[in-house]
Amino acid sequence: MPLQLSHLNRRFTEFAALNDVSLTIAPGEFLALLGPSGSGKTTLLRILAGLDYPDSGTVFNGEEDFLATPARQRRIGMVFQHYALFRHLTVTENIAFGLRVRSWRSRPSRADIRGRVERLLKRVQLEDFGGRYPSQLSGGQRQRVALARALAVEPDLLLLDEPFGALDAQVRVTLRRWLRELHEELQLTTVFVTHDQEEALELADRVAVMNHGRIEQVGAPEIIYQQPATPFVCEFIGKVNRFTVTRNGEGFAAGGWTPDGDPWEGRFAEAQAYVRPEQLRVAVAPSQPAWEARLRHIYLAGSVAHLDLHVPALDQALEADVASEDLSRLGLHAGMELRVAPRSAVLFPRDASGATISEERWLWHAAHRVHA
Amino acid sequence: MRHRVLPGFGISLGYALAYLGLIVLLPLAALGWKASGIGIAGLTHLLGAPRTLAALRLSIGGALLAALFNVVIGLLVGWVLVRYRFPGRRLFDALVDLPFALPTAVAGIALSTLYAPNGWLGQWLEPLGIKVAYTPLGVFVAMVFVGFPFVVRTLQPVLASLERDVEEAAESLGAQRWQTFFRVILPMLAPTLLTGFALALARAMGEYGSVIFIAGNLPMHSEIAPLLIVQKLEQFDYAGAAALGAVMLLLSFALLVMVSLLQRWSGRWAERTR
Amino acid sequence: MTAPLRSRPVGWPRRLAHGGLILVALVFLVLFLLLPLATVFVEAFRQGIAAYVVAIKQPEALAAIRLTLIVAAIAVPLNLIFGIAAAWAMTRFEFRGKALLGALIDLPFSVSPVISGLVYVLLFGAQGWFGPWLDAHGVKIIFAVPGLVLATIFVTLPFVARELIPLMQAQGSEEEQAARVLGASGWQMFFRVTLPNIRWALLYGVLLCNARAMGEFGAVSVVSGHIRGLTTTMPLEVEMRYNEYDYVGAFAVASLLALLALITLAAKTLLEWRYGDEIAAHAPGGH
Repeated sequence: MPLQLSHLNRRFTEFAALNDVSLTIAPGEFLALLGPSGSGKTTLLRILAGLDYPDSGTVFNGEEDFLATPARQRRIGMVFQHYALFRHLTVTENIAFGLRVRSWRSRPSRADIRGRVERLLKRVQLEDFGGRYPSQLSGGQRQRVALARALAVEPDLLLLDEPFGALDAQVRVTLRRWLRELHEELQLTTVFVTHDQEEALELADRVAVMNHGRIEQVGAPEIIYQQPATPFVCEFIGKVNRFTVTRNGEGFAAGGWTPDGDPWEGRFAEAQAYVRPEQLRVAVAPSQPAWEARLRHIYLAGSVAHLDLHVPALDQALEADVASEDLSRLGLHAGMELRVAPRSAVLFPRDASGATISEERWLWHAAHRVHA
Repeated sequence: MRHRVLPGFGISLGYALAYLGLIVLLPLAALGWKASGIGIAGLTHLLGAPRTLAALRLSIGGALLAALFNVVIGLLVGWVLVRYRFPGRRLFDALVDLPFALPTAVAGIALSTLYAPNGWLGQWLEPLGIKVAYTPLGVFVAMVFVGFPFVVRTLQPVLASLERDVEEAAESLGAQRWQTFFRVILPMLAPTLLTGFALALARAMGEYGSVIFIAGNLPMHSEIAPLLIVQKLEQFDYAGAAALGAVMLLLSFALLVMVSLLQRWSGRWAERTR
Repeated sequence: MTAPLRSRPVGWPRRLAHGGLILVALVFLVLFLLLPLATVFVEAFRQGIAAYVVAIKQPEALAAIRLTLIVAAIAVPLNLIFGIAAAWAMTRFEFRGKALLGALIDLPFSVSPVISGLVYVLLFGAQGWFGPWLDAHGVKIIFAVPGLVLATIFVTLPFVARELIPLMQAQGSEEEQAARVLGASGWQMFFRVTLPNIRWALLYGVLLCNARAMGEFGAVSVVSGHIRGLTTTMPLEVEMRYNEYDYVGAFAVASLLALLALITLAAKTLLEWRYGDEIAAHAPGGH
């Protein structure tokens, strides 16, 4: 049964947290809600959990009207940002909580509960910690207890609010992989909220990028990264170079670089172009086309090197990424002159008022053209 | 001695100690000295006297019941004041401190008048066969009055800082509202409620001014222990008064120690988990 | 990201439950707190304003008011100085027995008022430790004003210290150390840095201390001897009039004390609203 969210609106006194949001979540899917703070992603998650309600719109889980179902009957597992463990209960008691509060008719026997808790403790690798209190655990351990507690009720839907937000960078990466494996194993529909794009792109089957209460784009991580639907997605996901191209007779140009073709057939006079640093081709030989650039600084970051370039023709700085071993192969050093040209770019036309039009996106590639 | 950056250690500590010694320790030593003068035989005689026993029972039993009642009503009032918004909330919140601020003698005569058979409340209770003034029930009412703010004021900051997500977690795990209350909220509040209970109990046990007017002070019936001390003093039985005073003092110390032990035990998880 | 306040469709059963809880709480507050307060004023004016004024203008009443003011005027400043000294020592220095000192400061709160008076009778009374010596030198403490002052000091001793200690602990001593490094003398540091930082908490403590000092009954009752016009403070005057069936007289004096309580409450509430942060989280006030 797919989870169907339609035309959700939610206003708080000062801003619209959700603005006509519609989304379908497939069974077994691992979906990330990604966005900056205040984008409405947490509100959306809380509506799914039954902890908040929209002003208008519907949420259907198959045939079931979720908004008419109280939180405790939705069969969801929720992992809170700060875990929300019951600090007066041991790890075992925390995990068993959701089973023990059931009415006697649907409550498993004591032995069943014990068995299930033990299996969960094993699954989250905390077999020896059942008797401890949350205050005696590390952040990563608490996180796993919270997850075990959510899984204990055998939910149809797992919701995670910034699941790794409060953890150290190292624990975060380990837990991320572990959660992905767990999902592969359980095939449980999972929605998680994050502001960390790396987390979203690495973990999720699909990512919904949110901004100002709207969903900007939903899609697989590589689609989000390579074919961003809006300027916001371009700028929010990954690093990106931005510059303006203007109409030049039949085509467009920016400081001597001309993307071939015009999908808009002469309708717009100006467009905004986005180029990812790794999509900037760097060459030493002056025979290469496009811009002349001055290499101002090299930032070495392990396997990648970030080149800080200044392009006089655009009168702006660009960043290009090259593999570290290319530094010596090309003989790059600060202060030298280079030539750079985009391999691919995403372009959005501007209307007369200067606003970009996402619907008219142009995905440009050096070798061949793609018109979305 | 290590050199200190800030001045005034000697003078401030010296002054504080001298002051405490003169005002608190010396007089308490006098109490201990006078009380010990009564001897074991005297103490058994004193504590074995039916009138003493009745007074102690009323003071301790009444205070226990009043503190228990205050825990329940204090939890309710604290909850309402912290969780709900309604007109006049701040006014009612300020009103909670009234028993702290109102002199006990004033509270005593007001309660006594209120619950007298012709008083505002007494006239309605009398036909129902409920006698409050000049009975142990009156003692209870006065003890509730003086102990009430302790529970509410201890509870309020803790209630306000209670994490909402814990309640939401319980709800999403399928708990009914009452299950959330009894299984999650109440256990988390338990140490605080215990503190409030102990403070209200200690206060009610030693209370004098607000009780004696409404109590009627019938020996063996509605006479509280502090009043018995005063009576002994008026009969120039200094040793008896001192002994009874020492017994009550030890009782309230024992209570405080017990509570702090209980708290340490129940607070083994009280460390913040964030 | 801050989770917004939950707003959900609240069904009528839950709304009813909320309303019921609020109602029970308010009914309790009105019956148990507001009604006694109202009784004081209603009874005081039961026979009209003229009778009220007469009751207050009687010489014993005026003497009681004067004595109450005198006792408070001595006890409160002494405990104020003690409170500052104790808080300074407790929060700015490390020394052995600190916890014990803290417990000792709180001690008077856990002592029955009657016992607070009793201990001074045992110390200075006719059969007390210093009784014979005092008698021989013609000094009267028990059944006289000094006894009233001592008992009041004992009962109100913790108020100021108790407000200051947690606040000064939380504030730390960095600012004072900075003042010292910048060349301030001890007193300059105290009056220019410490005092401004604790002024509202200090006022708060003094307020509570004063209310208790003027309203104390049990402790002063034991040491007073109830000599009309000489050793009766206002609460004792209330008691004596009440026991003489002079209800209007008793409630008239009581109404003045109740008014003091109301002013104290109002000032306290105002302080908490305006300077809540500067008063800091304080333990629930004493008796």
